[in-house]
Amino acid sequence: MGRNRNAPPEVNAGSMADIAFLLLIFFLVTTTIETDSGLDRKLPPIEPPENPPIIRQKNIFTVVVNKNNQLLVEEELMELKDLRAAAVAFLDNGAGVGQDGQPCDYCQGSKDPESSDHPSKAIISLQNDRMTEYGTYIAVQNELVGAYNQLRNREAERLYGKSFTEMNAQYLDPKTPDDVKDDLKPKLERIQDMYPQKLSEAEPKTY
Amino acid sequence: MAKFTKKKQGDLPAVSTASLPDIVFMLLFFFMTVTSMKDSTLMIKNELPYADQVQTLDKKDRVIYIYAGQPSSRYQDQFGTLPKIQLNDKFANVDEVANYVLAERASKREELQNVLTTALKVDYETNMGLVSDIKQELRKVNALKINYTTRTGSAFQNIE
Repeated sequence: MGRNRNAPPEVNAGSMADIAFLLLIFFLVTTTIETDSGLDRKLPPIEPPENPPIIRQKNIFTVVVNKNNQLLVEEELMELKDLRAAAVAFLDNGAGVGQDGQPCDYCQGSKDPESSDHPSKAIISLQNDRMTEYGTYIAVQNELVGAYNQLRNREAERLYGKSFTEMNAQYLDPKTPDDVKDDLKPKLERIQDMYPQKLSEAEPKTY
Repeated sequence: MAKFTKKKQGDLPAVSTASLPDIVFMLLFFFMTVTSMKDSTLMIKNELPYADQVQTLDKKDRVIYIYAGQPSSRYQDQFGTLPKIQLNDKFANVDEVANYVLAERASKREELQNVLTTALKVDYETNMGLVSDIKQELRKVNALKINYTTRTGSAFQNIE
């Protein structure tokens, strides 16, 4: 046929790129890049605990978000950007003794007798209206979690030279070997014990 | 003019496109690994709010997804513009959430049933009333571990 008989005829691979492009476009259309991170929260169980403990008013930090997405913190109007600092000041106050009767020796707050006694007693109560926008609610949640993380990071940095969020991410990572996890677990629990996350969410009010 | 004639003399060899398929395949594999299949078509507007104190969600088989938001424009004639809940591929009422969670939980492997997280993918413009109703339903079926799925970014973008 006029061809070189020694070499087999070459298959034309010119359309390979087209086929690959087709596949590529198919995958681009049918898949999404997952948003798989967010704020972890734990809901309270539906049956109320027996004998609820008596909590003094000064140990509660009240945050109210109204239907116009405005913030009322401890009876005062506040901007969102000031919330984290206010929550840190409240949690880190340490004016009295904790649940075990020990004063807070790691707190760096102002020890104001009008504010919280101890991080283990301090509770943040978040109330919202049914008309509050979800975005605002998440922003407030984010700032409050940020306040806890800031304090926990500070203590983790002081005790172990590593931030709490970094250690926690490493602990939750499935690729971390078990012996590293066993080493991290008591450290994390100690930090969590120093600043337990007590964030109560009341059911929304309807006016 | 001289240039044109010159070009004809020293004809440049055509650029070889033989490696083009390899490049495209590389792209293809990249997208195949970093993305995942859409499992349910969203019938609602789903712009998640931003947050920066986030934790990564558990593996996909340990998560139950609940979507909420305003119906997208093609469904607004039928369902109105008020935010609605979407479970799997259809709109649902608040009282269907509990059954859905129980059914999803039963369909998972036994050792995973206690470690399930419920991911709430809620549009940032939704009212908290609807979200609270969902939370209340979840408390009823004891699905207490929840995750407000967010995009990563400064939370102050939410209130602009």
